[in-house]
Amino acid sequence: MTRDETQAMAQILPLGQDGILVRFGDGFRAAPQRAQAFGDRVRRADVSGVTEVATSLASVLVRFRPDAVSRSNLTARLQGLSSENDTRDAAVPTRLWTIPASFGGDSGPQLAETADLAGLSEAAAVEALTSVEVGVLAIGFAPGQPYLGFLPEAWDMPRQRDLTPQVPAGALVVALRQLVLFANPSPTGWRWIGSCAFAPFRADRAEPFALRAGDRIRFARTDASEIAALRDAPDGLGGATCADPA
Amino acid sequence: MSAVLTIVKAGPLMTVQDLGRPGRIGVGLSPGGAMDRQALMAGAALLGLAQPGAAVEMAGLGGQFRCDAPLRFALTGAVMSARIDDSPLRWNATHLLMPGQTLTIGGASAGTYGYLTPAGGITGPAALKSVAAHLSVGLGERLQDGATLTLGDDPQPDRAHRGLPPDDHLTGGTLRLMPGPQTAMFDDDTRARLATTAFTRSPRASRTGAPLLHDGAPFAAKSPSGPVSDFVRAGDVQITGDGTPFVMMAECQTIGGYPRIGTVIEADMARAVQAPVEAAIGFDWLTLDTADALHRTDAQIMATLRARTFPLLRDPAGMSDLLSYQLIGGVTAGDDLEPAP
Repeated sequence: MTRDETQAMAQILPLGQDGILVRFGDGFRAAPQRAQAFGDRVRRADVSGVTEVATSLASVLVRFRPDAVSRSNLTARLQGLSSENDTRDAAVPTRLWTIPASFGGDSGPQLAETADLAGLSEAAAVEALTSVEVGVLAIGFAPGQPYLGFLPEAWDMPRQRDLTPQVPAGALVVALRQLVLFANPSPTGWRWIGSCAFAPFRADRAEPFALRAGDRIRFARTDASEIAALRDAPDGLGGATCADPA
Repeated sequence: MSAVLTIVKAGPLMTVQDLGRPGRIGVGLSPGGAMDRQALMAGAALLGLAQPGAAVEMAGLGGQFRCDAPLRFALTGAVMSARIDDSPLRWNATHLLMPGQTLTIGGASAGTYGYLTPAGGITGPAALKSVAAHLSVGLGERLQDGATLTLGDDPQPDRAHRGLPPDDHLTGGTLRLMPGPQTAMFDDDTRARLATTAFTRSPRASRTGAPLLHDGAPFAAKSPSGPVSDFVRAGDVQITGDGTPFVMMAECQTIGGYPRIGTVIEADMARAVQAPVEAAIGFDWLTLDTADALHRTDAQIMATLRARTFPLLRDPAGMSDLLSYQLIGGVTAGDDLEPAP
């Protein structure tokens, strides 16, 4: 089987008695665009008995009420949706966030070594990170916390061997062509290169979870003192703005 | 004015829990909520509540409680020694705590998580429509000595006290396992060996999950490379880097990169969470169809529990607080003493 064929198959798998996982690819590779497009299709189809649709790096979780729809009927429906040619997939509007970030120094102590691994100067690394648009590939590990990607090939660097004992909330870390913007202070094996004042989750905010899988993000360079000031923003968004085409 | 429950003395891991916050796995929030959902529902069934409400979840050890208004409550889940002042209380039953009395709940003799459910519910503070503490993400907090909880109104303050038979899921045993998205990442021998291995619950268990210990070779997936991070839910049995199975529980992460061999069915999660430290645990594989056929909705579970409740007969001679029952008008209808047949 060629790699293309492997990637074309959608596998329908159980995840608990009230869950179906639709997985794209072989389970070892990410396929976020396909997962997000299919998740949008399932939401648009508004299938009776479905209680939750969530998308991740390579899969869509569909939770359902087994007393309202059987697994076999829902499976058939999802197979139908996955084989349909839906031209609306390409037209799904995505939101674009601009999030202020400060790089290097105390804001990102590992910028120099990370730029070196990417074969770039520090200035070129920051230029690359602020000129690229990354997508929210998945949200997890902590509430609202985004996995962002993919960065250009140069950023295909492994996790470091030792854990950094703690990075602060708002830390921007990099590995495997992805960025994570930490929601809470956390240990990490990813390299800490920048900081934001953006809180992805605030229980008391009108929209507690700021980001959705599929959102696009661009980082706007600022400095550490501006980030410190933005931490006081009452909405916890740290100066971020969101252009919503919907 | 709202009634207040004061926690005079709090056990080491005491939190407010309800059915949690389902439906947010896509934004990184696991449902959380009561570790033993059946015990939470049993409390509601005993109290005659239409829906499971909020309870105080007590891990291993209870505490001391007082109230400022008559409080009808249920005790369910892990069996703990309990008394009002000096009168011992039956577990899996409803009781009445009066102002001036002290409810004392001690250590668990069977199971891990005990529940004290006030009939009027616990009214706040809520976040995302739930009062449950989700400690691993920083929502809510452990209850400390002196904490106060605001209670709602008891919908049936005169309801006769009821009991439930003892639970049979408090001492470990066999967990039925259904296939999951990554079961095929393990070979047949490994899957078979999981079901013939004797495990014990590790002392490192928490609200996020429980590692299971065993003698013998570690468990491992066929491929040395890890799968792409994917959705995880309570019940999933992940095989961590050291080859130890780890049963995910209420506050687990929402995505993870360790391969998962299968998922414990919902009906057996109470057994998994209640297993005391060092209790024996085993696994038994189910086919997908068998597992699906065993699914019960919360409404079905509640109906079954309601049908199993029975009226409690009380011997007036054994009630040291008899005077309080008779003197406080409207608190009880007297049917504590003469329950309906």
